[in-house]
Amino acid sequence: MAEEAENIKTEQAEEKELKKLVQFLSFTLGDEEYGVDILRVQEIRSWEPVSRIPNVPNYEKGVVNLRGAIVPIIDLRERFGLGHLAYSPLTVVVVLQMQTEEGAVRTMGVVVDSVSDVINVDKKTIQDAPNFGTKVSTEFINGLASVEERMVMLLDVEKLLQLDALDDDNEK
Amino acid sequence: MATILAVDDSASMRQMVSFTLKGAGYTVVEAVDGVDALNKAKLQKFDCVVTDVNMPNKDGITLIRDLRALPNYKFIPMLMLTTESGMDKKQAGKAAGATGWIVKPFNPDQLLKTIKKVLG
Amino acid sequence: MSIDMAQFHQVFFEESFEGLDIMETGLLNLDMGDVDDEDINTIFRAAHSIKGGSGTFGFTAVSDFTHVMETLLDEMRDGRRQVTQVAVDVLLGSVDCLKEMLTAIQDEQEIDVESVNKYQQALEVELNGTDASSTENTVEPSDEQTSQQVNAKGWMVAFSPHADMLKTGNDPVRMLRELSSLGELTTTVDFQGVPDFYELDPEECHLSWSLELVGDIVISDVNEIFDWVEDECDLAIQPLGSPTEEQAPPSSPVAEATIEKAAEVANPSVENKKTTKVKAETSKKPAAKGSSSIRVDTSKIDTLINMVGELVITQSMLSLVGEHFEMNKLDQLKSGLSQLERHTRELQESVMNIRMLPISFVFSRFPRLVHDLSSKLDKKIELVLVGEHTEVDKTVVELLSDPLVHLVRNSLDHGVEMPADRVAAGKPETGTITLEAYHRGGNIVIEVKDDGKGLNKEMLRAKAIEKGLIGEETILTDKQTYELIFMAGFSTAAELSDISGRGVGMDVVRRNIQSLGGNIEIISELGVGTTIAIHLPLTLAIMDGQSIAVGDERFIVPLGAIIESINIKESMVNRVAGRGETFRLRDEYLPIIRMHEIFGVKTVQATKLTEGLVVVVDGQGMRCGLFVDDLLGQQQVVIKSLEANYRKVEGVSGATILGDGSVALILDIPGLVRLSNQ
Repeated sequence: MAEEAENIKTEQAEEKELKKLVQFLSFTLGDEEYGVDILRVQEIRSWEPVSRIPNVPNYEKGVVNLRGAIVPIIDLRERFGLGHLAYSPLTVVVVLQMQTEEGAVRTMGVVVDSVSDVINVDKKTIQDAPNFGTKVSTEFINGLASVEERMVMLLDVEKLLQLDALDDDNEK
Repeated sequence: MATILAVDDSASMRQMVSFTLKGAGYTVVEAVDGVDALNKAKLQKFDCVVTDVNMPNKDGITLIRDLRALPNYKFIPMLMLTTESGMDKKQAGKAAGATGWIVKPFNPDQLLKTIKKVLG
Repeated sequence: MSIDMAQFHQVFFEESFEGLDIMETGLLNLDMGDVDDEDINTIFRAAHSIKGGSGTFGFTAVSDFTHVMETLLDEMRDGRRQVTQVAVDVLLGSVDCLKEMLTAIQDEQEIDVESVNKYQQALEVELNGTDASSTENTVEPSDEQTSQQVNAKGWMVAFSPHADMLKTGNDPVRMLRELSSLGELTTTVDFQGVPDFYELDPEECHLSWSLELVGDIVISDVNEIFDWVEDECDLAIQPLGSPTEEQAPPSSPVAEATIEKAAEVANPSVENKKTTKVKAETSKKPAAKGSSSIRVDTSKIDTLINMVGELVITQSMLSLVGEHFEMNKLDQLKSGLSQLERHTRELQESVMNIRMLPISFVFSRFPRLVHDLSSKLDKKIELVLVGEHTEVDKTVVELLSDPLVHLVRNSLDHGVEMPADRVAAGKPETGTITLEAYHRGGNIVIEVKDDGKGLNKEMLRAKAIEKGLIGEETILTDKQTYELIFMAGFSTAAELSDISGRGVGMDVVRRNIQSLGGNIEIISELGVGTTIAIHLPLTLAIMDGQSIAVGDERFIVPLGAIIESINIKESMVNRVAGRGETFRLRDEYLPIIRMHEIFGVKTVQATKLTEGLVVVVDGQGMRCGLFVDDLLGQQQVVIKSLEANYRKVEGVSGATILGDGSVALILDIPGLVRLSNQ
């Protein structure tokens, strides 16, 4: 009986702690670890063949049919110049959502090496992004989080999903 | 509870009347004009009729006159909803057999009060 | 009980805007020489409804304004006032004012009081012939309060219903009940008037009452109870304790003061009393702006329901066959599948049909537009509408409106000549602008025709050269000359008159039409007139497509764009250094677009022109041949947007999902041509 009461107490304490926490999905790219706001993650899928889109940057691999919607797949490794890794059934695609200025929802998939887990980060402990030393350009990084012994770079999803203008003047 | 036929060509008025009366526990059937109302009245006996006056196809006063000619509706209370504050429309209505009138604009409470008065 | 009236506001706004449209159309169609009573009545009823509703829902400013309109219209329908063009114009202006007021309220904005006052004054001038500034409702003069004081003791009521009172549904018991709720009631009934049993008509009332009502009661409350039956009974009310207390019911009709409660009952403004300064009246909920809803005929819904029913039957039949499948059931399976295909297709057609609206929705604004603009320009112009029932997809309706307005304004402004010029040219004084819509093939065609002065090829050419849009030696066909007006920068500020609009050029119009997958063409004859035809796909979401193979990639070519497909022989090909390849088709040389080069397809099979196929296509007048590996099947494809989640890709108009779940890009021919020119 007393033990149960103790358990409940710790649970409640944990809950209280949890309230200050923000959740991220962490994944690896090369030898570094990144995280995205869990609320932006729609789903996680394994790699499937894409339909190629002509005349777009290399790292925009193509589009897939996601339950009737046409969703582009971006290779993050290639995006950040980490070199292409051959795709296998173990390759993971994280499907992210963001809100556009017009209020619509945009869905895009990003190819990552592997997905780690969901991490809870106390908002207060998030550090500013370093000015140098990261493979990924700091414009995409919102902050750094320390989880257990690892350092996780928290990515800005909106900026991540921003597509570059095409070289040949296709976009007005 | 009593069944009321609410007749008005304006959807918002119909909805308001319907909602108000249903809220008080009455059963309400809506009609969009005099023709629609007369057809419905022939299929089902209503305990009370509330009708707008100015409507296309058959106006409220003609509707009341036609209803009074039906054996089932000789003594049923029939109320006109009218914005005319002038006596002429009211006279015409009474001559056609209307029980009384409710002057527009009215608020839901006034409507309920009058219906309760008439249906007991 | 308190009811939130705001829930009815949206419906009220919708029906009021409809009512205003009815008024506008009705007013525009009034023939001064021969006014149809029923037409005036319809306009009156619309105004009357708006007045009633706005009063009920507390929009007092609207109610007051509409009241003046209604009074004017009432006099017209009674024949007490002549219907004049001036009055009609004033009323048309008032309709505009009401639209503004209702829009402001719906959007929770302030009403432009100054504007309203201006319109209201115009109405009053018309109504009274003078500048009356008051807008009193015709409130009944409240009758003199009875000189009889409120008697602390109560009232003695002698009540004698006439024989017919029951036949108006008025039950004496009701009145007795109401009286008893006011105070302590003692009733004495008088049977004297009741005839012999055999002469008794149960439908008549022969009873009368003496009623003693004790309590601190105002006489007006007592009178109110008998309000409705004033003319159907004899009523006498005396204060209790007054010297003359009559016991017998009087035989004379209504005695005593019947206080006119009209003043009180007639104006129970739910909230605001009328103030001199009209404050913004807002609805509680922000109403949905720009309706993303659609009105659908219930018959369309019923059809849909039936089809879904059939689909369910087919599906259960198929799952039965599939349950313990054996090869001898193959035929059943096949027939089930073909049924499924049929039902799916029918369902699809029905659903698309739901989004279809008659084009009258677009055309409806033009009578007013033409009426106003032609009088502004001092031109006589008649508008003819043909094919208003032609149905188009809802999106088309929404996107077509602005381009059409621009085109009609152009015709009004630059096309149709002044009456004097027309007569001099041997034309009737009144010019005609025709808006016509019809289906042709899988497209809807909308034409704006005028019998004005037509386009002058020389002038157009000269202007284009002057503006540096074409070179002096450029040779153009007639059609291409007319299409110069679509070039950006063609019209100068000097010509963009107030009428045709600033900043909206023909180039924007064409671009808008093209973005819908359509195209626009011009036919004209100098001195005779101009016709501008807009072609749009009937539905924007589904298209007939030809699947092509380029390497191991699949693309869809819009079937409507395909002219033919041919095997190229070397002798047909013409190569010009720096200008790419062209091939001869009958009497023209068309450019060849190598799909694998343009789209960077590495897995291409045919690199020599003779090894593959050339599909001759036409995109908005631009013709070319697409060099591909193979032609695959034809199918209906559902057009999915690439831009929703991704980006606009040149040469691609959209994407579709094939039967195997993969994504195929739908080609945009003009875009491909542009790509190949780079």
